[in-house]
Amino acid sequence: MSSRFRERPGPALLLGGLAALGATGCGHEARRFRESPPTAANVAAAAVPGRNPYEGNAWAVAEGRRFYEAYNCVGCHAHGGGGMGPALMDAQWLYGREPAQVAASILDGRPNGMPPFRDRISEPQVWQVVAYLRSMSGLASRYGVSTRQDHMQYELQALPSEPRPPAASR
Amino acid sequence: MTGWLQSVLETAGPQAGRLLPLWRFMLVVSVLVFALVIGTLLWAVFRRRRGEPPSERRMTRTVVVATALTVIVLFVFLVLDFAVGRALARPPRPGPVVIVTGHQWWWEIEYDDSLPQRRVRTANEVHVPVGQPVVFRLQSADVIHSFWVPSLGGKMDQIPGRENRLWLQADTPGVYGGSCAEFCGHQHAKMSLVVVAEPPEKFARWYDAQLAPAAAPADSSAARGQRVFVEGRCAMCHAVEGTPAGSNVGPVLTHLAGRLTLGAGALPNNRGNLAAWVVDPQRIKPAARMPPSPLPPADLEALLDYLETLR
Repeated sequence: MSSRFRERPGPALLLGGLAALGATGCGHEARRFRESPPTAANVAAAAVPGRNPYEGNAWAVAEGRRFYEAYNCVGCHAHGGGGMGPALMDAQWLYGREPAQVAASILDGRPNGMPPFRDRISEPQVWQVVAYLRSMSGLASRYGVSTRQDHMQYELQALPSEPRPPAASR
Repeated sequence: MTGWLQSVLETAGPQAGRLLPLWRFMLVVSVLVFALVIGTLLWAVFRRRRGEPPSERRMTRTVVVATALTVIVLFVFLVLDFAVGRALARPPRPGPVVIVTGHQWWWEIEYDDSLPQRRVRTANEVHVPVGQPVVFRLQSADVIHSFWVPSLGGKMDQIPGRENRLWLQADTPGVYGGSCAEFCGHQHAKMSLVVVAEPPEKFARWYDAQLAPAAAPADSSAARGQRVFVEGRCAMCHAVEGTPAGSNVGPVLTHLAGRLTLGAGALPNNRGNLAAWVVDPQRIKPAARMPPSPLPPADLEALLDYLETLR
């Protein structure tokens, strides 16, 4: 059996590829209603290397979007277009676009008006909001993002061609 | 949940009272028709074949008679259904108006009043005066739900973007259970509400008590609990009138301790269940919108002390 596979690796590769495809497909739809144990330490630990465990997960992104409205992010940032606060759907990130940097903005706040939400929003929820925020400007995989949105959206194809300010002025 | 009446067959008001005879009549007729059809089928299967098949004409006559009987029975149903539906369409006299908004997976309750300061907001529990028709204005905040209190009347869908109206009346004091009757997601089965029917003067007392804001915490532990509530996560979704907590995402908790259930009928309301619910609602009601809140024990005890003062 094994010798045959060694001679013709095609079927094995195909099977392996299908399995990998299936695994990633499941990841897009997986729903974790509570982190176990319910302390969020494991989420934070997984996120430290700059990777958001919720990114690309359709359910988490949809939850992040719900929290974005429930916790009144829309009050200042609107649905990404910005208002009192900066726009979130463009390619400019004042404090960095890495998940950990975005999470830090939410958890600890930023100067000129962004309040800290540490102890007010549970940490898994913060990371779900981060996943939604990054999907807003097309940074996250589009397979995890709902196509049904009632408000304005960034055109995913037309991404980061936006002119950036020259380095000298920053 | 047990402990209260939730049955189509045990009625407590004119709506359900008029529906029950119709239901019984339809049951009896349907059973008779079923017995007749199955009996005829068995007779046709087991009878001895004898001689010539019956003439074409006799068969045609049998089919016509059976079809005519079916049409007549269905027409009788239609007329009776129409008559009962029409008799129940409008409340006989004006009464309280309650706006019930379905959420995944709880009920937002608001008593309508022309004076804004006389509007009562609560959740998952409707109090009604006995002997008065109560008009329910049924709405939904997310998906289609259906409002159904079987002992008081029929069900009515709650559809996003429009309003349906239903009136119910309770003739005997008591607690009547209700459920969501349209599949609405993970916790559809644990989306219940209770209707508490009480004499008009007792209802008026309840109503005035609900209008009052939450009392200031009496002891230091409750005061600490209030700080945990207002400065922590709770206030991000829940409102308590009389405090800065004013979010409208989750159920309003101003008079939480006076309610019979927690989590829209998921648990009886007592201190132990409340603690379990606050710390980890996802174990009790997976997918419910409330996140786990791993509070330090001292904060949790203080919070429970505070929530128990919200009568």
